[in-house]
Amino acid sequence: MSARPNTATVYDPSGYDVPESQKKPMRWAIYIGYAALIAGIFHGFAQALSYAKIDILEYFPGLRNYYQGLTAHGVANALIFTFSFSNGFLALMTARALSRKLNSALLWASLALLGLGNVLVIFAVVTGRASVLYTSYAPLQAHWTYYTGLVLVVLSTWAALLNMLMALSAWRKEHPGERVPLLAFISVCSYVMWFLASLPIAVLFLGFMIPWSTGLLAKTDPLLSRTLFWFTGHAIVYAWLLPAYVSWYALIPRQAGGKLASDSLTRLAFVLFLVLSIPTGLHHQYTDPGISTAMKTLHLLMTFGVFFPSLATAFTIIASLEIGGRARGGKGLLGWFTKLPWGDPSVTAQLLAMITFVFGGITGLINASFTMNQVIHNTTWIPGHFHMTVGSAVALTLVGVAYWLIPYLTGKELWGRRIGLWSSWLYTIGVLIFARGMASAGLEGMPRRIYRARATYDLPSWELGGILTGIGGTLMFVGLLLFFVVIAMTILVGRKGGGPEDIPFSETLHPPKTSGWEVSMDRLMLWVGVALVLIVIAYGPFFAGYLPAKLVSPGFNFF
Amino acid sequence: MNILSYEKSFLALGAVLLVCCLLALGYASFAMGIHLPGEEGLIDPETARETPPFDAPGLRQTGDGTYEAVILASAWKFEPNEIRVPTGSEVTLTATTVDVIHGLHVTGTRVNMMLIPGQIARVTYTFRQPGEHLILCHEYCGINHHTMFGKVIVE
Repeated sequence: MSARPNTATVYDPSGYDVPESQKKPMRWAIYIGYAALIAGIFHGFAQALSYAKIDILEYFPGLRNYYQGLTAHGVANALIFTFSFSNGFLALMTARALSRKLNSALLWASLALLGLGNVLVIFAVVTGRASVLYTSYAPLQAHWTYYTGLVLVVLSTWAALLNMLMALSAWRKEHPGERVPLLAFISVCSYVMWFLASLPIAVLFLGFMIPWSTGLLAKTDPLLSRTLFWFTGHAIVYAWLLPAYVSWYALIPRQAGGKLASDSLTRLAFVLFLVLSIPTGLHHQYTDPGISTAMKTLHLLMTFGVFFPSLATAFTIIASLEIGGRARGGKGLLGWFTKLPWGDPSVTAQLLAMITFVFGGITGLINASFTMNQVIHNTTWIPGHFHMTVGSAVALTLVGVAYWLIPYLTGKELWGRRIGLWSSWLYTIGVLIFARGMASAGLEGMPRRIYRARATYDLPSWELGGILTGIGGTLMFVGLLLFFVVIAMTILVGRKGGGPEDIPFSETLHPPKTSGWEVSMDRLMLWVGVALVLIVIAYGPFFAGYLPAKLVSPGFNFF
Repeated sequence: MNILSYEKSFLALGAVLLVCCLLALGYASFAMGIHLPGEEGLIDPETARETPPFDAPGLRQTGDGTYEAVILASAWKFEPNEIRVPTGSEVTLTATTVDVIHGLHVTGTRVNMMLIPGQIARVTYTFRQPGEHLILCHEYCGINHHTMFGKVIVE
């Protein structure tokens, strides 16, 4: 490297091509992710229509049980899609940012775990042995293959993280005293957070669900299970979100013709997510008996705290986009916004994801406020909210990333750019109508997770919300089908040699500081330590007062 | 454009916003008395049906204008499935489940709690307006989840 300070978010901006032999397992992990996205949306469509009292499940060739379909939708779209993508994407970002090969054996091991996990989960869900929804609340009991398959998927993420950590550690040894390239730092930080977050669910599945579903454990503890699930379960939403943030921070400014506004604030945001994402889970259990109000209040404060790095993100990203828009000739207070590259399907998808996420963030703050939570808990307000977070900020960003990532990984030119643009606009308009419907009906008490088309009760005040849900869901479905066409055609008939040579990494306005407090932000182990302290404060008193486990419930198979 | 100073102002504004939200929450819980379900005791779900007060689910008067509604949830029904109270009654709903997790939400009110095997759930609410509310199970509890409901009739 030259002595000139490097403002790129990667170590060597002049170029580094990840070896084809390593692109291959990354590509397959990412393919599994997008395949899961498509696999899950047929039932999503049927569920949206069911809320408009239209039942199309009877026309499905199989999986006609509503709740089996709801399990498939949640598992495929919230769990498999996100983590499969991240396994490939974050590994690729780390390798490129450090200009280093990863460990090939670990890459393949991660892919094998992911593949085998998928086979087990698909078997359990398709044969009707696991219609427990993705939250897997005991004492509804699924077949052991379902829990084991999900454990293997988690193990695949651990293998991916180990690979990234090994590369980072080797890079640090070779570059003592240098700042970790930003793209590598935020990619690794994302999965370190997820590793910490995944430990409670590992305890839940390995310590309770698998022994219980195989008969080794006669009874289990439903409240402890729920608490362990949400111990992981709130941070999991940040594990879905952070890979999208990696794109927003380190890639999108360049794609929009600008530069990332601040290196330090970017690292700070990811460090805050690492530290604050996990000790917040009890806000999913405000209405649970058996947990004290004091503990719930503590988690409320933490939840408000973790809103802060998202606020910082909003500022930094918009500032970076403004730099891009002005560089492209935008004038005045808002003129830069229309000058952004709206003709680029990759940028457009992610800009629309950001806009939708504003509403996702605000509704999330409402959920975290326990007074409002008592009005909207487990109503359709909640899926209204999270389709504007994971269902847009994440899903639509991953759609946008695909428009350069698939050409990059296959070397083929993107097919059907205009169709790609249509896809994102349709999806965004759809999700806003959908969420408007779900939110308003939810305020009137319409429950989530019900087969409304066959429900034996109803209220007139749910009518409009249900119809909007159906209309919005239809547009979302069509939008994603178009995305699938674009990606499938790119892979099948895209012009060879038309893909980008490198990933679209950004520059930052200023190089990272090499002295001062900013340097300590790269010390991941320090932040893991801080996170552990906060976790012990946030969950320690609950477990100290609650344990030992109250094994009161045998398994029930009501599906 | 001085990005850093703009950013500081933006984040300060965000912090003020969050503090305002927290103050509103504090006001709601202390001044308006809006409380969450909490620790109300344990129960064995397999013998809950024989354990007081759940051995006799139903509504009973506990004082002048105050009632306790004892509700037992199971797949896929609430017992009792209809509660009639006079307008202005303060009703304490005490509920549990004998099998899987159920939910209990009285539409149009803030009565919203999870029924978790092994735990007793309790919330108090004053029904000030005459009318009809649905009692809904709002947590997935099996194949007929969407048929599980009851009613509160305020007369």
